[in-house]
Amino acid sequence: MTGPQQVDAREIRARYPDVFDRPASARLAMPAMIVAAFAILVYGLVDLDFSPSRFFAGLSQLGWISLMMIPPDPGSSLPIYLKALGETLSIALLGTTVAALLALPVSLLAARNVVPSKILRFPVRRFLDSIRGIDTLIWALVWINVVGLGPFAGVLAIAVSDFGAFGKLFSEAIEGADQKQVEGIRAAGGSPLHEIRFGLLPQVLPVIAGQVLYFIESNTRSATIIGIVGAGGIGLQLAEQIRVLEWQKVSFLILMILVAVAAIDFISGKLRFAIIGRRAVA
Amino acid sequence: MTVAVSILPEQQLAALNAAYRQAVARKRLRLLFGVALFAAALVLAAIGAEVNLRTLFTYFGNFISYFDRILTLDSGQRVWTDVGEWLWGWRKWLKMLGETLLISYVGTLIGATLAFALNFFAAENTSPSPWLRFVVRRLLEFARTVPGIVFALVFVIAFGLGPMAGVLAIAIHSTGALGKLFSEIVENADMKPVEGVRSTGASWLSCMRFAVVPQVTAGYASYALLRFEINVREASVMGFVGAGGIGQELVVAIRKFYYSDVSAILLTIIVTVFIIDITTGWLRGRLFGKEART
Repeated sequence: MTGPQQVDAREIRARYPDVFDRPASARLAMPAMIVAAFAILVYGLVDLDFSPSRFFAGLSQLGWISLMMIPPDPGSSLPIYLKALGETLSIALLGTTVAALLALPVSLLAARNVVPSKILRFPVRRFLDSIRGIDTLIWALVWINVVGLGPFAGVLAIAVSDFGAFGKLFSEAIEGADQKQVEGIRAAGGSPLHEIRFGLLPQVLPVIAGQVLYFIESNTRSATIIGIVGAGGIGLQLAEQIRVLEWQKVSFLILMILVAVAAIDFISGKLRFAIIGRRAVA
Repeated sequence: MTVAVSILPEQQLAALNAAYRQAVARKRLRLLFGVALFAAALVLAAIGAEVNLRTLFTYFGNFISYFDRILTLDSGQRVWTDVGEWLWGWRKWLKMLGETLLISYVGTLIGATLAFALNFFAAENTSPSPWLRFVVRRLLEFARTVPGIVFALVFVIAFGLGPMAGVLAIAIHSTGALGKLFSEIVENADMKPVEGVRSTGASWLSCMRFAVVPQVTAGYASYALLRFEINVREASVMGFVGAGGIGQELVVAIRKFYYSDVSAILLTIIVTVFIIDITTGWLRGRLFGKEART
């Protein structure tokens, strides 16, 4: 650095004090947050029994497992796996449809512009929140207790846990709808039911259809895992093969899942654009 | 005030009406076709999923009575009449919940760090070379598509039972999910600062550090917080496969029919998820203003 530049710098400092001399609290906030985050991380690593030796032993084990996964090979059980995959797709489709059908009327009750009374809306919303707070896998365990092992329990588990999610999403879509059309129907002498049927539904159905398709996509993923607790589908096969250490079959099953999910993504993406146009759902 | 409505002559009107009816009929037909196709798919799915409505109707009472049973203590009373008895294991459960939260925290942080390191290679506008972008994108896709609990199943065998497997599973899954979201933020970033920094002769790394990172950190933090919320839910079931957290207690309670324990643990999970949702929502609002809240 040469002399004149230093003078320059000092002058600039004097001219813009609040850029260069921020108060200590503002300057220290960021480092303090980083230190706190890091401290919790270290505490977590210690508390959760992380140790470098365990980590590296596990990594080398994982390396062996990956080596044993090559090449993927279904053995003689390809027909069983294909059937299980079909089961998984069926679970996703049925579960999502049932959830959407059940959620539509309930979401009307949770929407501000349909039910103005807060006392009525509040319990409906909290009810939906509680359902969403419980993971699909937990619902699967509960339904297995009720209807027994098998894919039917999976359908019901996905239906119930998506019911909560759909209820919230649909009611948000309904709240975002334009009120003018509803007012138009009312001005023409329509009953409240007419208002919903001709004022609201035509506006929200495309949005809802887009969301349902998106959920069918994401439920294909959820449906692959609920088999792990015994609710049918390809997850059941996957968990079994992992437990008996048949790694070639495991990698084949994972590949099947990846391909199926990619195919469903592709199809539902096409359908979504066909229904709601190029402005995709967020 | 009267307004004269001009009505077209009969022949013209008839032609227009016919065209309108035809258009509506075509639309109806297409809708009908779509509905029929969908119904056929549903029937096929119902056969595939062994749906048996009779089972459902026979046992639906069980579903209701299941909730009746989990809300009843061994003594036959309702759970809320004796909260001390209901939440008898609260010390143990709180400890397990703490473990669950730690698993999701550590997993999210590791995942976010890895995603941060990888996302510049995956973004269209900042990736140094197309083949690197391709490789990183496929890697992230793989990490995102394989469900976290499948990773956990494999990691439990490789790393042994315990929370470590859960943390790593969540970290990998979060890397995939966050990597994609992060790279989308980078793709939406303004490229003018990058050009400015590059024009001073800076390397790729400095371009990222001084031109891109300052634009995107807020978005990153917002998505990472959102992911933390999701991961808390996910960590609550990691115990099902032996990867630590409250799920272990829950699956034992459900399988061994400790009814009132099931409701108590579910309650603690729901309350925790609520608190985390509200806290992170508030934090996001505080840090990034109202528009980042959704």
